[in-house]
Amino acid sequence: MKRIITAKVSNRSGVLNRITGLLQKRQFNIESISVGRTEHEGTSRITFVVDVEDYQKLEQVTKQLNKQIDVLKVSDITDKAIVARELALIKITSNAQLRSEIQGIIEPFRASVIDVSKDTLSIQVTGKSEKVEALIDLLRPYGIKDIARTGVTAFLRGQQPQASQDATPFSLLR
Amino acid sequence: MVKSKEEHQKTVTHAPKTGADLLIESLIVADVKTLFGYPGGAVLPIFDALYKKKHLFNQVLARHEQGSIHAAEGYARVSGKPGVVIATSGPGATNLVTGIADAMIDSLPLVVFTGQVNQTVIGTDAFQEADIIGITTPITKHNYQVRKISDLPRIVKEAFHIATTGRPGPVLIDIPKDIAANPCADHYPDDFHLPGYQPTVKPNPLQVKKLKEALLSSNKPVILAGAGVQFAQASEELIAFAEQHQIPVVNTLLGLGTFPGEHELFLGMGGMHGTYAANMAIYETDLLINIGARFDDRLTGNLDHFAPSAIVAHIDIDPAEIGKNVNTHIPVVGDAKYALKEMKKQINQTPDFGNWRQHVYQYKQDYPLWYKQPEQAMIGQWVIDKVYQETKGEAIVSTDVGQHQMWSAQYYKFKKPNRWVTSGGLGTMGFGFPSAIGAQLAAPDDLVIAIVGDGGFQMTLQELSILQERNLPVKVIIVNNAALGMVRQWQEKFYSERYSESIFSIQPDFVKLAEAYEVRGVKIESPNDFEQQLPDLLAHDGPVLIDARVLQQENVYPMIAPGKGIHEMIGVKP
Ligand SMILES: Cc1ncc(C[n+]2csc(CCOP(=O)(O)OP(=O)(O)O)c2C)c(N)n1
Repeated sequence: MKRIITAKVSNRSGVLNRITGLLQKRQFNIESISVGRTEHEGTSRITFVVDVEDYQKLEQVTKQLNKQIDVLKVSDITDKAIVARELALIKITSNAQLRSEIQGIIEPFRASVIDVSKDTLSIQVTGKSEKVEALIDLLRPYGIKDIARTGVTAFLRGQQPQASQDATPFSLLR
Repeated sequence: MVKSKEEHQKTVTHAPKTGADLLIESLIVADVKTLFGYPGGAVLPIFDALYKKKHLFNQVLARHEQGSIHAAEGYARVSGKPGVVIATSGPGATNLVTGIADAMIDSLPLVVFTGQVNQTVIGTDAFQEADIIGITTPITKHNYQVRKISDLPRIVKEAFHIATTGRPGPVLIDIPKDIAANPCADHYPDDFHLPGYQPTVKPNPLQVKKLKEALLSSNKPVILAGAGVQFAQASEELIAFAEQHQIPVVNTLLGLGTFPGEHELFLGMGGMHGTYAANMAIYETDLLINIGARFDDRLTGNLDHFAPSAIVAHIDIDPAEIGKNVNTHIPVVGDAKYALKEMKKQINQTPDFGNWRQHVYQYKQDYPLWYKQPEQAMIGQWVIDKVYQETKGEAIVSTDVGQHQMWSAQYYKFKKPNRWVTSGGLGTMGFGFPSAIGAQLAAPDDLVIAIVGDGGFQMTLQELSILQERNLPVKVIIVNNAALGMVRQWQEKFYSERYSESIFSIQPDFVKLAEAYEVRGVKIESPNDFEQQLPDLLAHDGPVLIDARVLQQENVYPMIAPGKGIHEMIGVKP
């Protein structure tokens, strides 16, 4: 099962190495990982999407992460009300004739064209991973030359539903 | 000369000149007195600063960095204080790797300093550069590279704090040569704040209440006590709890000594070469109370058959250990001593477990450990049993890894904790002898016996130099079967007697070797001689090496074969 885990960490040297090393050593599969600074100076947020077999494995991931000295807080936010987004840059083969057709495809995704050359077109899209996947699938027939994805970054919504988390599982990635 | 803590700290001068001076001051502040160091290019400034303060430290120069770090481990195990190691960059640092991994898996508090090349050349594959931070990240509790001199006092303080609190472990500090050599200000702050590191020491009383309820409705409880009890100095509380409620106790390999080996309630060690009684108690129990053990696979055997009908309660200071290998119903996160205190407070009256006790005592009686000592030749089990009887379970015993280690665990029945030094998790050959040196330094007045195999001893025997040099009266007993016994045993049992590279075709003359290092050496071949000479040899006031020739074909029994369950022991009877 896929889970979204966030970790707040102190920006000390080696922290990322320690974390990715431990996930690798304990054989946890990382789908994506994204890192960036937070509102507090000296701390970063890492968002992982991990693929784990069961809840026991999941518990191990969070406990092992928590155990690291520079990790301040670990949360599995998969079942919470969250906002999760990813950004993708997609370069496809295209020519002048195809441009408007492609415009029509990407518009419903609120994606935008960010670079044009004689025979390529670069598109930027943000959103949930499924949305990004869906757009990539639609663009595939045109010939994809390059894709760069940031991986998911996520946090809790401002308001969490009153009902307990288990009663209304809200999962982006099922 | 080693001084008292106050005197020691008073000598901190307030005019440090270089990063190295600052480092030595930080060690003084941390009350470090014994240092296991080995010099080299990148740590020359540190050793120079040490030279100026050498009257304050008991410095031990091993002959290989692996010897330094195993000695530091033995020191930590016996003293309960952190072992401190200094090595140079590159090969000095990589020679420590085995010991660091060993300390990590066995939770031993170490603070390891490594030199590093100058910051200007880090990353250029400079002479004696190794990425020791990258190499040791998975095998340290934490590690640091010092990048600013002003961080040094804080980092050293943090390192000692991290190494010795919570679940202990090794912390490494990598110090570039320029940091050590450059001049620096008089004083830098050493206060620290580690928001991400707040070990839970006091258990949640509600969890202890659940344990109480489970105990009240249990008929067949058993306690499994591990090294966590020793780290928490909770042996007395453990004994009191077991006695008050008359609950049988099993030890893990590393937990030996936390419960008296001759106690009526003691069932012995559990696991692969544990006793039948201990393993059957775990198999049949309805409430397994694990205190400070990590359910290692050498203990559990096949997990499908491990405590299959038990409610499992697990007390551990490291929450990540709980539920890692064995499904746990009652997790109690906390220090064993606090947990046992809370248990004492909450749990007064418990059912009478008399029938259960009789049941497991019957196993103890029907399936004792056994060996057959021939008249003319010695076997390892007998040698260790004799050592046990002669020292009445009061010596500090360190071992290497292999058959002699398992026999020591079986036959040496410790009266007290902190007297048993062995490499459990990593199973590091070469550990036993240098760790005995560290143990002797931690307990100068106690009898320290290193029981080693002829194979493992040859991995670190160069440390014989230290015995004479430091006048350390360590007694080395080589259980010499002219083979890599444990490997030979597995090849006999599981590889149809194909003895691939496990039998030595030549052996050094260990007595001459001892003499070369000015250590008294004795070869003993007959049980008679051994019995006669042992008391004198152990009473000798200097180091002794005994080359005890034993039969090669002996195996360690009983045994859980690989992949088998804890109830499927073989070799339980003669
Ligand atoms: C560094 C290292 N290398 C290899 C092994 C694998 N190993 C485990 S026990 C053993 C044999 C040890 O032989 P010896 O030291 O003579 O002790 P004995 O088993 O004969 O008592 C070996 C090779 C190990 N544990 N550690």
